[in-house]
Amino acid sequence: MSKPKNQCSKTHGAPKVKERDQKVCIRFKCTVLNTLMDVLRHRPGWVEVKDEGEWDFYWCDVSWLRENFDHTYMDEHVRISHFRNHYELTRKNYMVKNLKRFRKQLEREVGKLEAAKCDFFPKTFELPSDYHLFVEEFRKTPGITWIMKPVARSQGKGIFLFRKLKDIMDWRKDVGRSDDQKDDIPVENYVAQRYIENPYLIGGRKFDLRVYVLVMSYIPLRAWLYRDGFVRFSNTRFTLSSIDDHYVHLTNVAVQKTSPDYDPEKGCKWMIQRFRQYLTSKHGPEMVETLFRDMDNIFIKSLQSVQKVIISDKHCFELYGYDILIDQDLKPWLLEVNASPSLAASSQEDYQLKTCLLEDTLHIVDMEARLTGKEKRVGGFDLMWNDGPVSREEEGIDTAGTGNFVANTHLGCNNDRKKQLRQLFCSFHSQKKVTS
Amino acid sequence: MLQEEEDLSLTIAQIVQKLKGSRLYAQLERQAWVSLQKPEIKLETLKEDIKEFFRITGWEKKLHNAVYSELTVFPLPRHPAAPPEHLKEPLVYMRKAQGSWEKRILKSLNSMCTELSIPLARKRPVVEQKELLNKWNEMGTDEPDLSLFRPVYAPKDFLEKEFFVELSLNTGQLGIDDATQVPPELFENEHVRLGQKVLAEQDSAAAQQYIRQGSPTALRAELWALILNVSNQPEDLLYYEQLKSNVIQHDLLVDSLIYKDVKLTASNDDYYFVFEDYLYQVLLCFSRDTAVLGHFAYNSASPPKSYIRGKLGMEDYAVFYPPNGVIPFHGFSMYVAPLCFLYHEPSKLYQIFREMYVRFFFRLHSISSHHSGIVSLCLLFETLLQTHLPQLFYHLREIGAQPLRISFKWMVRAFSGYLATDQLLLLWDRILGYNSLEILAVLAAAVFAFRAVNLMEVTSLAAAEAVLADLSTLKVMPLLQIFLFATVT
Repeated sequence: MSKPKNQCSKTHGAPKVKERDQKVCIRFKCTVLNTLMDVLRHRPGWVEVKDEGEWDFYWCDVSWLRENFDHTYMDEHVRISHFRNHYELTRKNYMVKNLKRFRKQLEREVGKLEAAKCDFFPKTFELPSDYHLFVEEFRKTPGITWIMKPVARSQGKGIFLFRKLKDIMDWRKDVGRSDDQKDDIPVENYVAQRYIENPYLIGGRKFDLRVYVLVMSYIPLRAWLYRDGFVRFSNTRFTLSSIDDHYVHLTNVAVQKTSPDYDPEKGCKWMIQRFRQYLTSKHGPEMVETLFRDMDNIFIKSLQSVQKVIISDKHCFELYGYDILIDQDLKPWLLEVNASPSLAASSQEDYQLKTCLLEDTLHIVDMEARLTGKEKRVGGFDLMWNDGPVSREEEGIDTAGTGNFVANTHLGCNNDRKKQLRQLFCSFHSQKKVTS
Repeated sequence: MLQEEEDLSLTIAQIVQKLKGSRLYAQLERQAWVSLQKPEIKLETLKEDIKEFFRITGWEKKLHNAVYSELTVFPLPRHPAAPPEHLKEPLVYMRKAQGSWEKRILKSLNSMCTELSIPLARKRPVVEQKELLNKWNEMGTDEPDLSLFRPVYAPKDFLEKEFFVELSLNTGQLGIDDATQVPPELFENEHVRLGQKVLAEQDSAAAQQYIRQGSPTALRAELWALILNVSNQPEDLLYYEQLKSNVIQHDLLVDSLIYKDVKLTASNDDYYFVFEDYLYQVLLCFSRDTAVLGHFAYNSASPPKSYIRGKLGMEDYAVFYPPNGVIPFHGFSMYVAPLCFLYHEPSKLYQIFREMYVRFFFRLHSISSHHSGIVSLCLLFETLLQTHLPQLFYHLREIGAQPLRISFKWMVRAFSGYLATDQLLLLWDRILGYNSLEILAVLAAAVFAFRAVNLMEVTSLAAAEAVLADLSTLKVMPLLQIFLFATVT
């Protein structure tokens, strides 16, 4: 149960005592009206609360969080879908700062080789605070393309590319006359980032990957990686000569939807499985394995870099949407991390993916207290980090020493979640019968 | 005995004749001359030494593969007095059926031509040529006005013709006894290792045998190329460039049909839309490729002829139209789309597609008595269904949902666009492995068997179609295995 802190006149009933085999009733609150609502409504034993009712589970949006988190008391069992200061990871300027700091720390404590593993983020400068540093870097490599992004906006808004300093001089002047009147984002919060000019192309098109990572806690760090995800294609052919053509360079589905030749029937997404197969037939399994290992590295290092900064409240969990770009050398780059990845479905297949993703997220949040906490896989999620790397092998077999460590991640692999869930929950059921 | 020997020597003679004109012959000759420089070649034992040389350097293998390739497509020699039409199609009534089908298509094409006042072919002005050349890699961005064009025919038109045919051919045996699908760990590693070995040996026949058990994803592109005997020599690249320049110089009416087809089918497919540009690059060139005319020797169909303006009926002024003799139909581009998953270089993609077409796909839209022809596939499908699922078969017929109405489109397209890509590729592995399309009929029957429970409950054609509308989740190999080996009659 939750209540505003200043309302201490009322005492809420004692938290429900939950017998393991009794039907629980979980009150949820949710403001989004899409896939998530469907999933929550269909979950057995979950009941929606409206308006000011008390809740056990709240899938909130970040604005609510900003205004209310600090004055809301939550019982121990209550769960909420964001960390208080998630922006340390999801705002581009903060993320850059944290990553740079973490990299320096690694270099000091472990060495250059380990620190180099953090080089998955294209060179980024906060503007205008780092303007001079930016200009220095800019002058070092003339002629390359840079991308300007507002730190806090999403869906591709406000982004543009440039090659000359002159272009941003003009922009600085223009920005004061922006027609986004309702925007309360101050002018200063932009980042200039080195644009990746050699993206991997399929059918002449640029694309990026959307991958889902679920973090249950930061201290200790527990993160799960979802097997499914998708590849988002740009609707037009890639060429560096058309810098002003937003539609070519930005692959967000939201931007693509406004492109003149966007055809909703067409759908510009591939499931990651298909992508993985395509790459395997083109480059062979080893190179693809390396690519996916490198992506694991991105997820883990980025989370580690904010581990000490994010307030690790036990009530909080968060489902992140990672945007990854792959270049022609099959190196993955981190574009950004989304705290509120879109849950709206653009097609039947998309709806399926998101429904299963959310169901499995709720399984791991485990309001029904069915899990033991020792699971390495729940549905389509694989435990990627548990205060340390998680191996595919069974516990007890010492693989660390032999150097044959294989991470417990299966991005783009077969997702037979239904079967796994059946086995998982059936075994508990029978276990409970034995113990009670 | 004597007859067999005669047949064999006839076959050998014919193959030698064919190969003598090929590039391989010239290469072998050159290699033989070069080998004379080598010390191990001695004048006394010239023949043996050169043979040994060929064996060691892998040229013998290439010759093996070429002969094997010819044997695969070559029809058996007939009675020496048999006319060439016999080679194309031995049954007279089949020839008649194909003849009237062709007349119908040509009529449709000609009337479209006259209605729209568009020439069948015209030379492009230089400006247009330059434009097309610039746009070659992104023809998908072109949006020509295609609203007046209609596809010349679609699979369903073809189907109506089928109802006349009553054949007594019965090709139930398939030899798919050794098919295994996405294999478990133990099989997989060994299988992959074997696959790599087969590739190292560069032996077409071995590859064909191997692929009956399916191909590992990473090896598939090379294996198919080996089986189809397609290599990417500089001459092939040149040939492709030549075709490309033909496209740039001349505009054909069929180009619009191709554009329309791509836009309507592949571009709207969730997985193939990405390869739109490749499809134009392959199909436009394909229609200019006169080498394709060669396959009409064993195809019951004949290429349509067109006459230079004003010279109707004069054989001297006749040309085949389109140059490759193949008029594309609605869904034709789906034969190419799955190949884009494997081949990324346009000229290689082109060659693979062409070879697949002249070996397999052409049989899916011409009327013949060949066991891989669409007619036989239809018969096979119906026979299988009737034999193994008689209750379902009669139920569907009772409610007016003729099973063939639904499965026909799957077979004509070789299931492209209906199955998930990885499953489709596993299916096409077997087509190559068994050098036959019969597996399409078997799979069609297996799908019906799989959904039999639901189908027994439907009461209309529309409902039956709904049950069978989405095949994208099906796993091909288990279905085939269950149907072939676990069905109780």
